[in-house]
Amino acid sequence: MALLEIRWHGRGGQGAKTAALLIGDAAVETGKYIQAFPEYGPERMGAPVFAFNRIADEPILQHCGIKTPQIVVVLDPTLMETVDVTEGLPEDGIVLVNSQKSAEEIKKQLGLTSQKVYVIDASKISEEILNRDLPNTPMLGALIKASKLLEFEPMLASVQNRLKKKFPNRPEVVQGNIKAIKRAYEEVGV
Amino acid sequence: MIVARTGNEAMAEAMRQINPDVVAAYPITPATEIVQLFAKFVNDGLVDTEFVPVESEHSACSACCGASASGARVMTSTASQGLALMHEILFIAAGLRLPITICLVNRSLSSPINIHCDHSDTMASRDAGWLQIYTENAQEAYDTTIQLVKMAEQALLPGIVSTDAFIISHGMERVELIDDKEVPKFLGERKVNYSLLDVDNPITLGPLDLQDYFFEHKRSEIDAMDNVLPIIEKVQKEFGDKFGRYYPIVDEYKLDDAEVAILVMGSTGGTAKVAVERMREKGKKVGLIRARVYRPFPKDAMTKALSKVKVIGVMDRSDTMSTLGGHLYNDARSILYKSDNQPLMKNYIYGLGGRDISIEEIEAIYEQLFDIQKSGEVDKDVVYFGVRGE
Repeated sequence: MALLEIRWHGRGGQGAKTAALLIGDAAVETGKYIQAFPEYGPERMGAPVFAFNRIADEPILQHCGIKTPQIVVVLDPTLMETVDVTEGLPEDGIVLVNSQKSAEEIKKQLGLTSQKVYVIDASKISEEILNRDLPNTPMLGALIKASKLLEFEPMLASVQNRLKKKFPNRPEVVQGNIKAIKRAYEEVGV
Repeated sequence: MIVARTGNEAMAEAMRQINPDVVAAYPITPATEIVQLFAKFVNDGLVDTEFVPVESEHSACSACCGASASGARVMTSTASQGLALMHEILFIAAGLRLPITICLVNRSLSSPINIHCDHSDTMASRDAGWLQIYTENAQEAYDTTIQLVKMAEQALLPGIVSTDAFIISHGMERVELIDDKEVPKFLGERKVNYSLLDVDNPITLGPLDLQDYFFEHKRSEIDAMDNVLPIIEKVQKEFGDKFGRYYPIVDEYKLDDAEVAILVMGSTGGTAKVAVERMREKGKKVGLIRARVYRPFPKDAMTKALSKVKVIGVMDRSDTMSTLGGHLYNDARSILYKSDNQPLMKNYIYGLGGRDISIEEIEAIYEQLFDIQKSGEVDKDVVYFGVRGE
């Protein structure tokens, strides 16, 4: 696998950084080299934030920012009104958006022609399963389906392990997230 | 074991495996996590360390001095203003020959206030008599933390191992951890010739030392610095033989047939290696020198590396505020004064306050170095790269 770069767009508190760390962790467990890092600015709850991943089969040497990601993940669709979420995206890039709209509508809204657009209503999935709008984990399921950058089952096992460590006394949170990831994996639409 | 860890997590893991006798620390962004994670290891009973949560970095370094003088293996962690507040005590630790290890995250110094990476904090302490090793990534930070404890104890000198703020400290990477049991075996027990707590053999530490003996004591401290490079090399080799990862004093990359080269330190070393690859794909013979060990300055190894090329671009993530450019540049220039082979040299001050440096920008610097090679002249010795209005 050649070097793959991902940019996550979210709002402070939505878990863009956590999602980048979870996918990085899972990729390491399947033998990849990775980087996962947020952009630390003056972020506050609700302000636009970025997080990034690099994934490759070979050691990754560069430590500069990511300006031309092949994949962009948008956790909050309202960001598309204020942030240029497709900046630097190549012609064959992938955009994955948490939205109730169709892929065709998003494609039109972003003025894209050749790039692939995927949509998933991750907020709805999260609200139905976890009773909270935390779209980051379901987006992981959708990302794996859309990009095929990792195998689904090992990714799921890795996320489960990390969440278990993070929430040792709340098995319902771990199980809920896993359920949400699975559902998003199944429901993501082109 | 292969895991995903941030630079801070990797350094904290190294500290857990080292299991120091005493850690006295005060948290500061972006090194907070190192202290926080280590405090959790203490709370969870994973280490035997006496953890001293002090009220300032000045106190942290002071408590480390006391503990180290008693013969304990002592570590702490800090960044930026924290290291600046330790400044007074840094000299005392070195003068008393106390082998304390600091896991440091390189962050700019105020003012203006900023939490991101540059090397001004450790550069401001470069004359304190501490070993300084700058690392390129989380793996090197982890490995070097373990190595430095041994180097410091063998040389009876304190040492700082550093990562670049956020770029490494908060960036998650693939890291290969050593087995928990192997780290204490590699380090062994600290050998102590004199202990403050050995009441049967009482000693005096830190008394007034005037015109009659101060100079001799300082001279012996300088001697220790003079003799530490072979110790550093030996520990690096032992580490490599045991764990498979070898580190050099001076990291040379594609230098042997290079015409021009960049000299840099920290995480930009990795970004520059990618720039080297891209330039070479275009048929341009460029190389890279990364200063890993910065204090003491490895004069012989660095002179040898610098002499291999015709033009050097020195990239400094700090400025001396002397109008003479950056720290690395001044050291590199100084050692070439008596050299038969003097490459042309230009200083690029970059990345202050965490400003990003891209692969393309480094490629542009290489192109400028080729222009210098062609003209045979350095138009301007010191430039500020990537700043508005330049």
